[in-house]
Amino acid sequence: MLKIEAVLQPSKLDAVKDALLEAGIEGMTILEARGHGRQKGHTEFYRGREYTVDLLPKVKIEMVVHDNMKEKAIQAIVGAARTGRIGDGKIFISPVEEAIRIRNDERGENAL
Amino acid sequence: MLRRTIRLFLASVSLLVFAFPVLALSQTAAPADTQARIAALEQAMHQSQAATASAQMSGDNAWMLTSAALVLMMTGPGLALFYGGLVRKKNILGTMMQSFAMMGLVSILWALVGYSLAFGHGNLFIGGFEHVFLKGVTLSPNPDYGPTIPEQTYMIYQLMFAIITPALICGAFAERMKFSSMAVFLTLWSLIIYCPMAHMVWGVGGLFNSAGTHIPSFDFAGGTVVHITSGVSALVCALYMGKRIGYPHTAMPPHSLVLSFIGACLLWVGWFGFNAGSAVAANGLATSAFVNTHFATAAAALGWTIFEWLHAGKPTALGAISGAVAGLVAITPASGFVQPMSALVIGLIAGLFCSFMVFKVKALFGYDDSLDAFGVHGAGGTLGALLTGIFATWVINPVYGPGKATGAIDGNWHQMLNQLAAVGTSWGISIVGTLILLVVVDKIMGLRVTPEQEVAGLDLSQHGEEGYALD
Repeated sequence: MLKIEAVLQPSKLDAVKDALLEAGIEGMTILEARGHGRQKGHTEFYRGREYTVDLLPKVKIEMVVHDNMKEKAIQAIVGAARTGRIGDGKIFISPVEEAIRIRNDERGENAL
Repeated sequence: MLRRTIRLFLASVSLLVFAFPVLALSQTAAPADTQARIAALEQAMHQSQAATASAQMSGDNAWMLTSAALVLMMTGPGLALFYGGLVRKKNILGTMMQSFAMMGLVSILWALVGYSLAFGHGNLFIGGFEHVFLKGVTLSPNPDYGPTIPEQTYMIYQLMFAIITPALICGAFAERMKFSSMAVFLTLWSLIIYCPMAHMVWGVGGLFNSAGTHIPSFDFAGGTVVHITSGVSALVCALYMGKRIGYPHTAMPPHSLVLSFIGACLLWVGWFGFNAGSAVAANGLATSAFVNTHFATAAAALGWTIFEWLHAGKPTALGAISGAVAGLVAITPASGFVQPMSALVIGLIAGLFCSFMVFKVKALFGYDDSLDAFGVHGAGGTLGALLTGIFATWVINPVYGPGKATGAIDGNWHQMLNQLAAVGTSWGISIVGTLILLVVVDKIMGLRVTPEQEVAGLDLSQHGEEGYALD
């Protein structure tokens, strides 16, 4: 089992979600987040005072999938979220030791 | 209905004029039926006079009650939303409660003693005690203040001004003052600073009353009484209490300009009651004040936006609404004295001047007037009071008599000295009075919340609530 975490531009969320569903990934968790990578922030003005906002609004998607879904998931996310500009986001993938369905105590890949 | 009564009145008057020679000739031996007819005529005349007075009172009273409600709307929700949106979200309830507390506290104080101290007879500087507990403030008109409305209408209308004035000061010490100290300080402030200033400018026998003989100065709706007192006191508060933790290095942007936007628009609408209501009648002068208020506000919003666009590169929503408020402040003393074109000029200057005060002067001196109560109300009020002396004209308001030069534009430059005297007095009483009150309240109960409480926010630390729940 793999955990896929992707940080995205909020405007790309719907496209990515649809692409993942199409690729056969049915469960996901979505978090509203703030952050930045190499992308710079922007400045805001309030009554002559200038504020630099470097933590920008982002969306983070988390899902746990079968090992064989890895490439399909990556392609779905990259295909839907890429604009080619700085700030498009990142994908992180890590192994998952165990999964448990709370309702009936199913374990492992059956619980996904 | 009104036209019919007037026609009836005119008819009876002309009948009486025609009847007069008959009356004079027949003093000695009027036939009984002539006397009866004269008596009937006199009775009809008195009846129509009473009907006219009643019709006028009905019209004026309707407008003044509406105005009173509009002015209360300026404090809550107007000012509460305007200020509430400008603070960080952990302080929204604390900020709104400051305005709301004035709606409660000052109202009670006004009934007990405030109205009497402001509008009772007394001396040049403060009213007397004859209206304590509203004694003698009845449903009959008081010819000194509003000959065509019940005195209770005038009293409740003036109360709304007494409520918003201390509430304006809260912008200076936003996000860091204890609720208890704020309540004590502003309650005392309205007694020691607001009531005397209101008496001097509007009270019968007051030093600066424009209808008086001492130093008649022009303040139609409260440039000196409301905006200079609150704005200058705000500056004293900001200087005495010090900066918020982290100011100016930590970013403290407004948490909801949407709320501020709604608040500012409510202020604009409510201000028609504030200025046009200050005519104390539904007459032409009220229309003049209404028109001037609107044009000055529009021009000031433009002025501030131009300054900001050139200075910071973008026309912001906060800039536009701040400019509008600055224009409302500046036109307040002038609204019932000037022509509409003068109002446009006053507004434009106010927008440019107040944005300069907020952008440049505040940064230069480094004081933390958090929501710019001084930069808008103190600066705009002073500017407006002085420009009133320049642009006041007898054509709109012949205070000194028809055709008599009123402001500098009419050739009466001497008026500027009177305006300066009232402005100077307002600054003086605000600086000295506020400083004394702050020191006293500080010694007795402390003014600021603890640093931990300030970091946690006023909502939690002062009220045990949060403005925005997570679910």
